[in-house]
Amino acid sequence: MNRLQSAFSRGPALVTFVTGGDGPTAEILDALVAGGADVIELGMPFTDPMADGPAIQQANLRSLGAGTTTAEIFRIASAFRARHPDVPLVLMGYANPMITRGPEWFAAECVKAGVDGVICVDIPPEEDPELGPALRGAGVALIRLATPTTDAARLPAVLDGSSGFLYYVSVAGITGLQQAAQASIEEAVARLKASATIPVAVGFGVRTPEQAAEIAKVADGVVVGSALVELVAQHGENAPALVGELTRALADAVHGARSA
Amino acid sequence: MTTAPTQNSFRNQPDERGHFGQFGGRYVAETLMPLVLELEAEYTRAKADPAFQAEFDDLLEHYVGRPSPLYFAPRLTEELGGAQVWFKRDELNHTGAHKINNCIGQILLAIRMGKTRIIAETGAGQHGVATATVCARFGLPCVVFMGATDVARQAPNVFRMKLLGAEVRAVTAGAATLKDAMNEALRDWVANVHDTFYIIGTAAGPHPYPELVRDFQSVIGKEARAQMLSRVGRLPDLLVAAIGGGSNAIGLFHPFLDDPDVKMLGVEAAGHGLDKEHAASLAGGRPGVLHGNKTYLLQDADGQITEGHSISAGLDYPGIGPEHAWLRDVGRVDYTSVTDTEALDGFQLLCRTEGIIPALEPAHAIAAVKKIAPTMDKDQIILVNLCGRGDKDIFAVAEHLGVEL
Repeated sequence: MNRLQSAFSRGPALVTFVTGGDGPTAEILDALVAGGADVIELGMPFTDPMADGPAIQQANLRSLGAGTTTAEIFRIASAFRARHPDVPLVLMGYANPMITRGPEWFAAECVKAGVDGVICVDIPPEEDPELGPALRGAGVALIRLATPTTDAARLPAVLDGSSGFLYYVSVAGITGLQQAAQASIEEAVARLKASATIPVAVGFGVRTPEQAAEIAKVADGVVVGSALVELVAQHGENAPALVGELTRALADAVHGARSA
Repeated sequence: MTTAPTQNSFRNQPDERGHFGQFGGRYVAETLMPLVLELEAEYTRAKADPAFQAEFDDLLEHYVGRPSPLYFAPRLTEELGGAQVWFKRDELNHTGAHKINNCIGQILLAIRMGKTRIIAETGAGQHGVATATVCARFGLPCVVFMGATDVARQAPNVFRMKLLGAEVRAVTAGAATLKDAMNEALRDWVANVHDTFYIIGTAAGPHPYPELVRDFQSVIGKEARAQMLSRVGRLPDLLVAAIGGGSNAIGLFHPFLDDPDVKMLGVEAAGHGLDKEHAASLAGGRPGVLHGNKTYLLQDADGQITEGHSISAGLDYPGIGPEHAWLRDVGRVDYTSVTDTEALDGFQLLCRTEGIIPALEPAHAIAAVKKIAPTMDKDQIILVNLCGRGDKDIFAVAEHLGVEL
């Protein structure tokens, strides 16, 4: 069993997102792990984060403004892997920084840094040759997104070639703003799980332990990003402790949902 | 009227996946993928529907004012002392530029698809004005995303859009210019997929946008080809057009691509110079993915997008339409660039010799012609796309020339 499979095998998983290079990233990642996060998504900053709301847009710009490079993201990942040998780490970002030196280069760097999976927002199944073969060839999971607009006809194409987990974007929108109705999430997760052989995690607009607990009753994982990124924006160097607190509350809620 | 594409045609791109060679494609978030596929299907049906084409043609004739004239420029030709210079007068269109051709086509598609809300991005405001215009004409609500920096420096166009009933949203994200306006339009689209149609202003973005914008703008080249044949009985030797995203250029070039004796030149904005700040994606960029397509982009070693610069806000974009990227790589079209200073010279040259105030975008094409025409024979013909009029630019030009209005 690989790290991602192991993380989801224990029951509903808390998946947390922060932007790499925004604030004291190493300490923030440690706080996520200490707080009980099961899967860590590390955002690769991009100048044009088209799918993100204001919180993560600004995190991208803060990170780039602080001089974060792709090499630095891989240094953060490698150091994380050394400190946390068992916690799955996923890179999330946009196509151009991932493919700009060639997909094979990117996949090889992922392997070297101990990265378990990659989420690329703007490479749909139709453009899979751009990144998918290189990642699969290197044994790195390609985690695809499904959305409320992904209908039954399209779902097989989304699932084909994806691994790790399926990331269900619960609202048609950008990160951190709206929140989907629980009923619609339940309906969608049931539909996705009927077809998917990999775990289904739900994200976009999940901010509170209460929401996370509700979603964890039906989904294999709950993704929280903007709420954590906002703590980094507000508290900078002092963010790790607060990130740890929120993560603990979210993790208790998600993990408690399995016994409730 | 135009020659039919043959097996070895340059005119049968893109392929069924929306690729022009390695360029183009559909690099969008999953939420948008079903919409992009639906648009492609609807566009395929519309192309085969004579009623769609008839309505498009009727609006272009009676609302836009097409066909635009083909004009021989005698004093410019004499001054340059070489090839004859002719202009395709798309600056005489309703709203003052070629942008309206595409907006008419796209709003008809939006209506066919039952969409009830229109969004668009704009840089200088020309595409925003053209979109606001067709929305007023068809009674659809319109939101135009415009970088806050551009809102401040293009106040007359902002007011025009408001007069036409559009809501102009100033985008403060990122560098607050055209690329950020496009990001924000994509974010709006993702959040409003059920009722919203995104009218993209140039021959870029996810497939099928580069194809359909090209097709709608190809009216320029189809008319020009017929007008040339009827006026002088032969095709021009060289076509010249300015390139930002490249919609006016592809509109002129495409119907001539299979005419082997017609050479073509696209003119990018070299800004302060190719070794300084500029917006010449082909000359100074390399292939990458942004805004739904793969094309030449201004970017750093990590693939972070860098800001373009040009005196012309309409050319100030760090990318280029994917068909141009392909045409350059296969060698069918040549591309060059001219600086802000050369464009200002071209602007004044046309004012002085022909009594036509061009927009700063075609002023780049005129600057290129100024260099090339003298090297060609007097019986040769250069056809330039005069894609916009310069009313919008007189304040910027005055400032650059040190004149206080």
